[in-house]
Order: sequence, then structure tokens, then C-alpha cells
Amino acid sequence: MTGTLKFVQGNEACVEGALYAGLQFFAGYPITPSTEIAETLASKLPQIGGKFIQMEDEIASMCAIIGASLTGSKSMTATSGPGFSLMQEALGYAIMAEIPCVIANVQRGGPSTGLPTKVAQGDVMQARWGTHGDHAIVVLTASNNQDVFNITIEAFNVAETYRTPVILLFDEVVAHMRERLTVPEKNEIPLVERLQTSVKEGVDYHPYLPREDGRLPMSDFGGVHRYNVTGLYHDMWGFPTATPAIVDGLIHHLTDKIRNNVHVITKFKEYYLEDSSTVLISYGSAARSALHHVLNRRKRGENIGLIELQTLWPFHGELIREKCKNARLIVVVEMNLGQLYRQVKMAVDRPERVFLANRVDGVFITPTDIKNMLRLIQGRGV
Amino acid sequence: MAIKDWIRERFFPHIWCPGCGHGMVLNALLHTFESLGISKNEIVMVSGIGCSSRISGYVDVHTLHTIHGRALAFATGVKMSRPDLNVIVPMGDGDALAIGGNHFIHSARRNININAIVMNNRVYGMTGGQYSPLSGYGTLATTAPFINIDHAFDISRLSMAAGATFVARTTTYHTKQMSELFKEAILHEGFSVVEVLTQCPTYFGRKNKAGNAVEMIKSFKNNTTQIGSKAKEQNPDLIERGIFLQKDLPEYSREYDKVIERAKTKKR
Repeated sequence: MTGTLKFVQGNEACVEGALYAGLQFFAGYPITPSTEIAETLASKLPQIGGKFIQMEDEIASMCAIIGASLTGSKSMTATSGPGFSLMQEALGYAIMAEIPCVIANVQRGGPSTGLPTKVAQGDVMQARWGTHGDHAIVVLTASNNQDVFNITIEAFNVAETYRTPVILLFDEVVAHMRERLTVPEKNEIPLVERLQTSVKEGVDYHPYLPREDGRLPMSDFGGVHRYNVTGLYHDMWGFPTATPAIVDGLIHHLTDKIRNNVHVITKFKEYYLEDSSTVLISYGSAARSALHHVLNRRKRGENIGLIELQTLWPFHGELIREKCKNARLIVVVEMNLGQLYRQVKMAVDRPERVFLANRVDGVFITPTDIKNMLRLIQGRGV
Repeated sequence: MAIKDWIRERFFPHIWCPGCGHGMVLNALLHTFESLGISKNEIVMVSGIGCSSRISGYVDVHTLHTIHGRALAFATGVKMSRPDLNVIVPMGDGDALAIGGNHFIHSARRNININAIVMNNRVYGMTGGQYSPLSGYGTLATTAPFINIDHAFDISRLSMAAGATFVARTTTYHTKQMSELFKEAILHEGFSVVEVLTQCPTYFGRKNKAGNAVEMIKSFKNNTTQIGSKAKEQNPDLIERGIFLQKDLPEYSREYDKVIERAKTKKR
């Protein structure tokens, strides 16, 4: 890959990815360990004519990016657990009104104020189900700076393609670790731009009538089509309705557009799965230690492999089942009490073969931790 | 253009009760648009939740009906992204000043060019008559069945203290003044607040024995007076109407152009 070589934090890699994707508007509120995203964008966005605003809280930040997105600007916010909790109502609004936007949640230890400066991966289920009501959501993650960069671009592409909010679920270690990042030349990575309606001025425009392929072409606020956007169940004009058939159609449209594309949306990496009797499944910074352990044991001739998930939601259960069908031991490595572990258990043919290797004490899980836990799981003592 | 051409007839009849003041505010607002000669495509109306917030859906402009209390935050995103658009935010008293109080004062502090219209009927109508931060001490509501011990905000003084640069008040009895104030507010460069005292005969009126819609509207004639009038000197209890404040200060979305300019030349 050609491009510019940088030595940056994960949070800065996220910023680089967002700018590469065409970010034009950021609204946020300071919170550890995500603050560098806001700080870096406060400097970089105005340099390219973009807009940065520090709002009065995270609720306002989430609302502001939705407003900006409706005018056609690619928009994002960044936060951590407590702020992410505050954003949930507006996140649901973006889902319901189908407004593309990106939310980076750099996880810290929870619940509540928890461990502001320590690592954790405890928001996996909140990212999935934090806002009320049945809904679908896309949640992406990464374990190193290059992947943070790429997955951030992917987040904007998915947001535009499906007209949905996309959550980037990073963690403190990935966010603050400094390592190399190559920013590719322009046009090297394809970008999805907003699909604009082809309906001409004066012709009745239906902002919420999906095309045959399920996509919704938009008309920006300030353009020639004037329509209503609401968080209520709405008809094809965007006007509130409680007609059962329309309500039923909309909730299925909102969930199906994500669920039916799980195979397209899902990004993952696999290492040595062909001959592995032991398969580790991990994501985010924990996947670095998992990979380290796998490489160590491979040197000793062990048949061990790794699936590193980059798409957590929608969860591609079928993929996990397929990849794990020959495994005698499946170990989910994560820094929470088993949020993805339970999901894997539900997906595989032999749930009794699934175990959890975790840490929840604010300390980064190391390859040695994983080695010791695997020995315990395998009954070999520590 | 006829007034009728500003509304989305497809979405009528509206949801408001007979005698409600919100339709009068809608009417005044449409007359304002008409007199200003601005195009529909240049107007964005952003609203929150409540009876008053439904006003946006009925108008044939860009309309964003959002979540409770946060309309000004959504509007800030719209305005920052497209400073050339006229952004108007109609809100109820509960929407603007209870759940949305923080966004209200911070929007005022920034002096961002958004027109906030607070339709103050002193009650939560949509949920059936609970007390709001504007109900006032001694009133009755479904959640204050004995007496309301909460004191009311003074919206004008709050707005001025928070940094709004255009602050005015009127009532649904004074529809001509309402339209004029809306016009001044829209033309004003900066955060403007127009408070409209309006009647909710269904809940506030009934609970507080304030009479029917006509009697409530008439009470606005009798218990208000123009700012600085003699009547106010003689009867300090009268509520003042008119423009409390109108001053020129740098507007936020335009100020950001300075940030862009400095960023591009790397000046700090």
C-alpha cells in the first residue's frame, strides 16, 4: 500500500479514517478515553472547511450529528460508556428515521463511571440493545491502528449504504496505543457517498419508500424536496401513522435491511482454522493477545487458531458455526463477563465446547493470562 | 402565495383539541413566512415532543420532528451544517424548559441563529395535564392534585441571562403582534426567543377553572400589557408583552467561519 506513514494513537487512526471517508461534521463532549478524537477533529476539521462543535452533553452531540447528516454532511460523534448511555434515545431516533451517522464508543470499565482510564469490553450488549424497542444495529471493532482506520471508513460506508447509525466499539488499549498507520492515497479505498433521489422538483417524493433493492435515496434538507422526518412510526411521506400494516412493514424494513445483509456487512479475520482443534474467538485489543498466544503455541506444534471478529453486530452466527464445526474446544477471549461468549454458545453445534477466557479487573488481558486460562479449561493445571 | 399553500393539507385534520392556541400560532407563523417572502426550501422547522411540536408536520417546509426536549440540539446540527437556512424551533413550555432546559440555555449562550418559539400553555397537554415548569405556584394539575409548590421560570429573563440576543413575549389574543414578533425574530441574526402565552382549555383551563377557550384568550387581554406601559406602573402584576431585548452580537455559525479561516492559515 502506498500512502503516508504516521505514528499515532488508535483514536487518531479513527480520525484519519473518518476524514478519509469524507467526515464533514463532528459534535461531541469530552470523555476519557475518547477525548483525543474530539481534540484531533477540533483541529483538523476546520482546516478542510468542516465543522466541529463541542456540545453541552452527549445527548445534544448525538442530536446535532443527526441534524447535520440530514443536510447531507457525513457526521460522527465519539464518546465512552457514560456518554454512550446518554445517547441511546437519539440513537434509536437515527435508526427509526434512517439517518446515516457514526458513533465511536471507546469503551472503559463499567457500570456507571466505572474505570475511566482502564480497558474493558463491557458495552457489547449495550451497543446491541441500548436503545429501546426492537431494532437492528451495526457494530464494528478493530484491534490495531491500520484496522481502526479501515473499519472507520467501513462504518461510514455501511451508514450510507443502509441509512443507519453505525457504532464503532473500540477500547481503551486500542485507542491509546501508539503504532504505525499508513494512510493510503485518495481513491485507494472505495467510499460510499450519499444516494440522492432522482425524483425531480415538483414530483411527489416519497422519502420513506424503499427502492426494490431496499435502499432509500435521500434528498438533503435545504434541497428541492420538503418532507417530514419523525421518530414516530411513519408512512412513505414521513408522516406519523399508527396503521398496523404500515407499522408492521416499517419495523420489518428496519430490521431486515441489516439482518438480510449480515453476510455482506460481516468483516472478520481468521488464522490457522483449517487444522485447528482449538479455536479462539476474540475482537478488539483482546484479539491481539489471543493472536500472540496462537502464534506461540503454533511454534510448539499445537493445532490452535483464531477468529478475530470485526463486525460484532449483526452477529453472523452461521459463520461462527461453520468455522467452528471441527473444533473440540472453542474459547471466547474478551474483557467482560461473557457478552459475546453467550452469543457464540448459541451459534455453535456443541455449546458445551465453548469456554470463556476473560479479565474484568481493568487490566489488559495478556497472552500469559490466556495461556493459563486455557490450561485450566483443558484440565492441565496452571 | 396563499396561506393555504404553506400547509400540508394531506395531513389534516390536525391533532389539537377545539379551542387550543397552537393553531393560532401556526396561523401567525404562516402569515410571517408569507410576509417575509422567503422560499419554502430555505426554511427548516425542528420540533420536539408535545402537542405544540406537531406544528412542524403541518407546514410545507423541511420538517424535523425529533425527541423530547432536544429539538434545539438537532437544530444546532442543521444550522452549523447549513448556516444559510432559516431554522425555526417551535416548542412547548415543558419541551423547551424542563427536559430541554439545558439545550435552551446553551443555544442562547452560543447566540446561534435559531428562532425559538415557546408556546407556553403552562401544562403538559399531550400526556394529559401534568404540571410544567411554567405552571406556577398554586396551580392545579393531575400531578399536583392539592397544590403545585413548584415556582415558574420567567422565560424572558432566563433567555436574556443565558445570552439570547432577541427576546420577546406575546399572547394568542395578540395575533397581529405575534406575527410581527415572529418576523422580527426571523430577521434577527442570533438566538431569538418568542414566548407565546397560549391556552389549553382542555387541561390547564379545566383543572384551574380558568374558563373556556374564549375566556382564557380574553384573560390574556386583561392580564398583559405592552412593555413600559403606564398600566404596568399602576398594576405591577400585569405581564408585559413586546420586545424585551434586541441587540447585535456575533452569531455562532458565522463566527465559526473565523475558526475555519484561522485553521486554514494555521493562526492560533
